[in-house]
Amino acid sequence: MKNAFRILSPGPCTTVQDLGRFGAYHMGVPVSGVLDDYAGRIANWLVGNSSNCALLEMTMIGAEIEFLTEVDIAITGAAMNPQINGQPCRQWTSIRLQSGDVLHLGAAENGCRTYLAITGGVEVPVVLGSRSTYLGGLLGGLDGRVVVAGDILKRGAGPLLRTPKSLPWYPLYPENICLRAIAGPHNGYFRDHLQHFFKATFEVTADCNRMGVRLAGPTIDRDTTAPESILSEPIVPGNVQMPASGQPIVLMKEQTIGGYTNIATVISSDIWRLGQAKPDDTIRFVQISLEEAHLLYREWAGFLDAAKSFL
Amino acid sequence: MAERKTEFRPSGDRSILATYGIEVDPEINEKVRQMTALLADHPHPGILAAVGSYCTLLVHYDPQQMGFAELTGLLLNLEQTLGQAAVPEARTVDIPVCYGGGFGPDIGFVAERNSMSTEEVISRHSSADYRIYAIGFAPGFCYLGGLDPRLHTPRLATPRRKVVAGSVGIAGSQTGVYPLASPGGWQLIGRTPLCLFAPGRQQPLLYGPGDTIHFRPITIEEFQHLHALDNQ
Repeated sequence: MKNAFRILSPGPCTTVQDLGRFGAYHMGVPVSGVLDDYAGRIANWLVGNSSNCALLEMTMIGAEIEFLTEVDIAITGAAMNPQINGQPCRQWTSIRLQSGDVLHLGAAENGCRTYLAITGGVEVPVVLGSRSTYLGGLLGGLDGRVVVAGDILKRGAGPLLRTPKSLPWYPLYPENICLRAIAGPHNGYFRDHLQHFFKATFEVTADCNRMGVRLAGPTIDRDTTAPESILSEPIVPGNVQMPASGQPIVLMKEQTIGGYTNIATVISSDIWRLGQAKPDDTIRFVQISLEEAHLLYREWAGFLDAAKSFL
Repeated sequence: MAERKTEFRPSGDRSILATYGIEVDPEINEKVRQMTALLADHPHPGILAAVGSYCTLLVHYDPQQMGFAELTGLLLNLEQTLGQAAVPEARTVDIPVCYGGGFGPDIGFVAERNSMSTEEVISRHSSADYRIYAIGFAPGFCYLGGLDPRLHTPRLATPRRKVVAGSVGIAGSQTGVYPLASPGGWQLIGRTPLCLFAPGRQQPLLYGPGDTIHFRPITIEEFQHLHALDNQ
């Protein structure tokens, strides 16, 4: 393990994440992990890492980083106009850096989350099986907190690339987001109003973070027979909570149980799109069946496998 | 308890919610706990994790290895074998709480809503023993049952963006404690000085599902003393 880079300027919310912390839900510890796992996986594959190596997730504005050793990096996700030693460089490709090189990332021009992978992954202690940061629980990643100026991070073992890797396409992060969702699990309380939800266009408010995305739009009522509160139940990323206010909150990856009814659930293959949702974007939900969702799941897994093999 | 048919609903495309009841009932919760233990004893390549709550069990699965019908069948079959699962012994855990004032900003609303004084809220809340029905929402956040029906109060219409660590609250027929600062929709009535969750500790949590919690009212002075001791 060697010192790999020093943070000169961190950006507003930069954390160490891997694919997530699974199997600690019974202690109330959520999955955490990269919110855009599509961009996160590609970043790791571009430097020859396995899918679950830890990397940096940057939000809205990127970091300025000085590298302390020869290393391959890759930048994916939202376009942040990266520069190395003042010269523009590309995202979605591996880049060989030398000790002393300075990488600068600016404000996101589309989407909101950008990923930086390095050879061997970011080396931080494994806590409850993962290197992901759970900010709300103050655990994992770099001491359970966001990265700050002056932090020096190490990289794990791993060889530099023999030949550079590059992705010949990249995903778009549109301002008008369409998310496929399955009704429920509590759609039984919204029988009269479910279609209002699926017809509505919502705006992403300023209140959006790793815990959830608060939306503003037409008030969605519940059936008159529906209870005010429900007994808390385990939740999953993508659950769309509908509190009494009638304004939805789409849950992300920092929670295990909730007590608001869930009118619909975004399919797992579309969670990455949510990970790139920023204030003033619009979101609408398209209803699909569980069977359709499983077909899409298999297709998406196949697509990711093909991308990995290609790289 | 009347026998009730287990209901299965998809929660997205990778999880199933199994519902064993609709009320706070120790027997239903015991069923959820035993189902969780059975799943741990009978691992299946398609089943990734299981987490329970009052009456529900969420089972995470891999759709490429297992479908909805297959998983519900497996869960129904396991349910038939209930009674043979090994479940750890339960404990009673004492949690000191300073009620009201700045620690419990909603205690006045709870009192008024239920036509009683804040002193009565404190007395009723601290004289009961509470079963831990689930742990979730935040590390070590325990969902407790057995709240006096006269203290039931609906959760906030819009959740607070931040609730201070150690806060004790009420939402609907539930009561619980926030071990760490987090957003939340509960009515807050007091605060404990104890550090409830510490991942580096030998025992990260002071309690587990099925244990009993007892809240002991303390003064502000005792709160400050215990808080200092616990954070050394």
